Amino acid sequence: MNILVCISKAPDTTSKITFKDGDTKFNEDGVQFIVNPYDEWYALVRALELKEANGGKVTIISVGTADYEPIMRKALAIGADEAFRVDSEASDAYQVAAEIANYISSNSFDLVLTGKETINYNGSQVGGMIAAIIDSPYASHATKLEVNGSTAMVERDKQGGVEVLELTLPAVISAAKGMAEQRIPNMRGIMAARSKPLTVVPASVTETLTETIKFSLPPAKGDVKLVDPENMTELINLLHNEAKAI
Amino acid sequence: MTAIKGGEFLIRQTKPEEIFIPEEWSEEEKMIAQTCREFIAQEVFPMVDKIDSMEDPSIMPTLLKKAGELGILSISIPTEYGGMGMDFKTSMLAAEAVGGGHSFSVAISAHSGIGTLPILYYGSEEQKQKYIPKLASGEWLGCYCLTEPSAGSDANSGKTKAVLEGDQWNLNGQKMWITNGGFADVFTVFAKIDNDETLSSFIVDKGSDGLTLNPEEKKMGIKGSSTRQVFFNDVKIPKNNQLSDRENGFKIALNILNVGRIKLAAATLGASKDVVTLSVNYANERQQFGRPISKYGAIRYKLGEMAMRTYALESAVYRISQNIQDRIEGLASEGMEKGKATLKGIEEYAAECAMMKVYGSEVLDYVTDEGVQIHGGMGYSAETIVEKAYRDSRINRIFEGTNEINRMLTVDMILKKAMKGELDLMAAAKSIQDELLSIPDFGDSDGGLFEEEYKLIEGFKKAVLMVAGSAAQKLMMELSKEQEILMNIADMAIDAYVAESIALRVHKRINTMGESGQEVYKAMAELFVHDAAERVHHNAKDALMSFGEGDELRMMLMGAKRFTKTGTKNVKVLRRTIAQKLIDDNAYKI
Ligand SMILES: Cc1cc2nc3c(=O)[nH]c(=O)nc-3n(C[C@H](O)[C@H](O)[C@H](O)COP(=O)(O)OP(=O)(O)OC[C@H]3O[C@@H](n4cnc5c(N)ncnc54)[C@H](O)[C@@H]3O)c2cc1C
Repeated sequence: MNILVCISKAPDTTSKITFKDGDTKFNEDGVQFIVNPYDEWYALVRALELKEANGGKVTIISVGTADYEPIMRKALAIGADEAFRVDSEASDAYQVAAEIANYISSNSFDLVLTGKETINYNGSQVGGMIAAIIDSPYASHATKLEVNGSTAMVERDKQGGVEVLELTLPAVISAAKGMAEQRIPNMRGIMAARSKPLTVVPASVTETLTETIKFSLPPAKGDVKLVDPENMTELINLLHNEAKAI
Repeated sequence: MTAIKGGEFLIRQTKPEEIFIPEEWSEEEKMIAQTCREFIAQEVFPMVDKIDSMEDPSIMPTLLKKAGELGILSISIPTEYGGMGMDFKTSMLAAEAVGGGHSFSVAISAHSGIGTLPILYYGSEEQKQKYIPKLASGEWLGCYCLTEPSAGSDANSGKTKAVLEGDQWNLNGQKMWITNGGFADVFTVFAKIDNDETLSSFIVDKGSDGLTLNPEEKKMGIKGSSTRQVFFNDVKIPKNNQLSDRENGFKIALNILNVGRIKLAAATLGASKDVVTLSVNYANERQQFGRPISKYGAIRYKLGEMAMRTYALESAVYRISQNIQDRIEGLASEGMEKGKATLKGIEEYAAECAMMKVYGSEVLDYVTDEGVQIHGGMGYSAETIVEKAYRDSRINRIFEGTNEINRMLTVDMILKKAMKGELDLMAAAKSIQDELLSIPDFGDSDGGLFEEEYKLIEGFKKAVLMVAGSAAQKLMMELSKEQEILMNIADMAIDAYVAESIALRVHKRINTMGESGQEVYKAMAELFVHDAAERVHHNAKDALMSFGEGDELRMMLMGAKRFTKTGTKNVKVLRRTIAQKLIDDNAYKI
């Protein structure tokens, strides 16, 4: 089984979020990056389990600049065999998907896994776009994945139940919580990651389909105002004129 | 340039580029630390109360074995014995990363430190082959039996006896406070052969006839860490389970403690960082009088101080770790066997290890104490982690040699090096005496970064040398009985070392990263040095007035004042600057 797992970086969930370039870009200064949890905990770990059960190889791919390499080394430490980095700043879902599709078309994979979304942009688009470009079946938000010969069985949660799908390989599947359990990289894996191949390939896609106009933060919570319980008029006044809640 | 020797910091200036700073950890080292932290977060934390309740004593050994599967127990074990063979600094980073695991932290550091290292460093090849791979993987768990009911700080006074009967040793005696005793498979036991004056050491396997345990001790903190009394009643072990030579046990115990001390400092660092984060989380969340308590100056003071001390500790701990590692590698490259080189490398800096043990355990006690205070009533509730952290912290000032013993050792080891001619403290002390008699040198300002701080740090060192030098001269052999003075000198030396470490670190940071965005770091270095000046002055005065007299005393008191004279600093603003970063990040991310 030849599996490709798409790996993205994401800011650690405790990061302070700020923007730059006129609020059109996320400011990465001082931000600690991690492997996007859906990619790491579910897609990558399930790929490794499938390899352990059926043999084969797990390759990871990222579209990003050199600062992606620490998180790629982590994926290698967890157990991926080989890594490819498409040397380009990830700018939108289409560009990322097109780069990955481009790489896939000159290599052959039985299965392409992504996380269901990244925890920063929550786009849930890359997997579907890859499938469209390479013209293969796609199942999103899979909570369970089994492979049997040339078919994949996928389960995903539906309101009040479960949907079971069957896909013919090669296929693209995006992974949600439940597909696998997080693996902590062990010391041997970390040391082995040092010498696993991480190849940089040149970018080929320049086109993007979206442009960011502006990011903004949710409004900050203001200070609490204390109102005397007897003073209803002030409370109503504040709720009406200041909080505009009534 | 020659590497700095142990204790030499007192008479030598170090440049920023000579020290290692944690900003320089490699990606791989960070990943190793992250694995340790993830293990604590995912495997240990969900169980933390269950572990402490001791209702299921199998949890702790199971967790240790799981840590073994990840390779965490074998980080510093050489590859020939199934370990990862990683360097000293990395093992310190791992010790830090598991340091916030409460009872588990104590269990894991006892296992991989005192439970494993005596055999690794002093065992015969056969003993190493038999025990080390299994201890490294966690298949077997280890403990270390030195302390007895009547032999604590005075460890060599132990009464446990070993008598050779045919081809077996027969052990009799009682050990106390043995960490991991409840589940250990391998016991390293210190005992005296026949009527020897000095301890020897032995390896005893679990299940040996006559080896029995008392129930678990009921403790103030680290309640989930197994602590037992161990009894040896005619315990017969094979002759070749003797570890190292006869009467070499006390030396083993001391050398293993050197390692334990510096590792303990790393563990307290990890725990401190966690408690700072817990505290700022709470301070940002908790509202009183209409605003989060993190908006109040009294709370900001605490946060600023907690972060600054934690950062200072980190600066000093990894500075010395690099020196130790360089020494180990130097000795190994000269052909010394790796285990021996490790012990020798650490022994060279035994004074610094003792200082870090004292400083680390006291930083953590301060941080947990203020952590509880920030939590108010909730800090007193057994439902909160900070309450556990407060209780768990306290042991660190007691084991691995009490802080009093470590303070005395600090001074003793430095003076011994001077006596042996390894450190020329006398010349330095003499030149300070001359300086005292001359007109104060106001020097020219070079306007460099931390100019005032470096001058103060030099002053701290001069104060140490002046007090220690004149005390040694005046009191001669009596000095060792004047413990109050020794405590003063040790505290001054610690302040000098830590102050220098934090200033050099921030200086190196700024040299490599540029000035912008460094306000918080500069504030921490300036604040530490400024406050240390008061402490050094106080300690110097206390010491001098307890043995000096007349004109000489007056002259030295003037010297102490001159060496610690600070300019004006708005310390309120400095603390607020530091606190603001914590509050913005809602975590210790310094
Ligand atoms: C939870 C826990 C776990 C432990 N784990 C282990 C273990 O795994 N293996 C092991 O062998 N031991 C272990 N110990 C023992 C520990 O190392 C000793 O408790 C410690 O060395 C102090 O000895 P003591 O308790 O007898 O105190 P004492 O030596 O009686 O000290 C009492 C006080 O007197 C002071 N004091 C003692 N001598 C002097 C002196 N000469 N000058 C000035 N002050 C002095 C001390 O600083 C202290 O303040 C553990 C202890 C505890 C509490």
